[in-house]
Amino acid sequence: MTTSAEIGTEGTLQIAEHFVPAQSGGRRRFGWGLLVAYILLAIGGVCMVTPFIWMILTSVKPPPELVNFSFFPENPTFQNYLNVLNTSSFERWYLNSIIVAAISTTSVVFFDTLVGYTLNKFSFPGKNIIFIGMLGTLMIPTEMLIIPWYTMSVNWNWHLGYTQYWGIAFPGVITAAGIFLMRQFFDGVPNELLDAARMDGMNEFGIWWKIAAPLVKPAIAALAIFNFIGNWNAYLWPLILANSREFYTLPVGLSFFRGESTTHWEKIMTAASLASIPLLIVFLVFQRQIIRGIALTGLKG
Amino acid sequence: MRLTLRQRQIIWAYLFMSVALVFFVVIRWYPTILAFNVSFRDWNVFEGSGTWVGLENYQEIWQDAGKPRSSVTAAFSNTVRYVLFGVPTQLVLALAVALLLSQIRSLSAVFRVAYFAPYVTSAVAVAFVWNWLYQPETGLINQALDLVGLPSQPFTKSPAQALPSITAVAVWQNLGFAVIIFLAGIQQIPGHYYEAARIDGANAWQLFWRITLPLLNPIIVYLTVLGTISYLRLFALVQNMSPQGTGGPLKSTTTVVLEVYREGFSSYKMGYAGALTVLLFFLILLITIIQLRFFSRRVEY
Repeated sequence: MTTSAEIGTEGTLQIAEHFVPAQSGGRRRFGWGLLVAYILLAIGGVCMVTPFIWMILTSVKPPPELVNFSFFPENPTFQNYLNVLNTSSFERWYLNSIIVAAISTTSVVFFDTLVGYTLNKFSFPGKNIIFIGMLGTLMIPTEMLIIPWYTMSVNWNWHLGYTQYWGIAFPGVITAAGIFLMRQFFDGVPNELLDAARMDGMNEFGIWWKIAAPLVKPAIAALAIFNFIGNWNAYLWPLILANSREFYTLPVGLSFFRGESTTHWEKIMTAASLASIPLLIVFLVFQRQIIRGIALTGLKG
Repeated sequence: MRLTLRQRQIIWAYLFMSVALVFFVVIRWYPTILAFNVSFRDWNVFEGSGTWVGLENYQEIWQDAGKPRSSVTAAFSNTVRYVLFGVPTQLVLALAVALLLSQIRSLSAVFRVAYFAPYVTSAVAVAFVWNWLYQPETGLINQALDLVGLPSQPFTKSPAQALPSITAVAVWQNLGFAVIIFLAGIQQIPGHYYEAARIDGANAWQLFWRITLPLLNPIIVYLTVLGTISYLRLFALVQNMSPQGTGGPLKSTTTVVLEVYREGFSSYKMGYAGALTVLLFFLILLITIIQLRFFSRRVEY
């Protein structure tokens, strides 16, 4: 991690500039090379996209069409969707995933930003120990913590009823990675600005909330998006904690369609489509920000 | 009592970090200690805190590893094979795609979206779609093989092909992330390095080996470490791509995390599962340290 930080020591704005126009001139020439590049990328692109297309096409085929092979459905139907929605609790799983992802994302955005800011802009005794104490948790794989988390949840009844939402979300309500990311980004906020606000008699919370945080909005947006996606797709911990069908998140609920295999692929593909299409749409809408955010945070990390 | 500015700053800093400090102590460090503690106990979640058995769980793992067709041996050797197959493939393909993408301008955004889409998709949905693609008779891939006159392949149904087949899916899913990071890195290399080298008569091959690759070294290290950790923790794909979710056929695809899940949350052997997670922790730590030591090189121009 320290090695990659060497690249990203410039301020936020300078890094962001690299993504807009900075294709260094002189490297682009038209000709065979460029044509080959397009062909290779297109072949790769087809490999990336075909599974999604096949998933969606299968989901709108009536069952008999799965056996007599044709790529496109001859009689497209939404019957599979009606069947799956009627026999499962997909609406509830959407709701659960949204609630869990919203809890953790709201919390992460608030606390990671606040703590990252504190570690960057304040000096106080014990700073190094706290810094190392937080950084150190990145070395502990979450798989090692699931057994203790599970026993804690059982002891405190976080695995029952509506507290399951908290039970599923609590391991991720603050993230060390997010704190260090935000700490890096606050480098770009000049201290003079904060001092000026102090002179005007603004309190420290107000300075963070009204002045510093708005200046790193792109980074906060990136943090929020990745956190939301990560929690939306989280699987192992929700699988262990959620103990009844009504509290499954989407991936957990979806995983129980595994039992359908060998017989009803149209059902499984419908369920997979239902589980993945909403986030794919979100991704398509925000693709510019998401991809730029990945590049930004990846280089900073 | 009047506080100095510095004293007030210290109070604010600790106030800002208070929730996070509680979180890291209670939800991260305390469970880490518990995880080690559990691994020295004979315990099924339901009764008290179990009995202290010292190293017995580790001895049991060691004995199990000596047995023929052992799940533990399979889990560790498979996990290492996932890393050895997956990480280099992912890095080489991602670098190739990123280099191609850096050469083109139009359609670049379309390709980036296509390559990145699997990364935001739930691993469970991805597993199901590929199960369907890999089907022996009706699967799209075998249909395509049939079309060009090649023999049908069993993929995840055969002990020999199952692990590489799942690795391919993991590469497919994670490729986009590495592509975006590489692309950002490539675009940060100042164009005049290439111009200067070209004036000195360097060809494209030399530009790649002498400029691009050395300057990407920190990113390669970053992606190697990150990729290795993610392959060492493989779970959702394997569980949802093997028959009955048990890491088959014939344990050929099982991973350490899958065995942790099975031992801990199906057989309720928490001590045994805990010991496995501790071993996983040391495996991750060891490999990360080795990679950081041997792959990091400081390059300055």
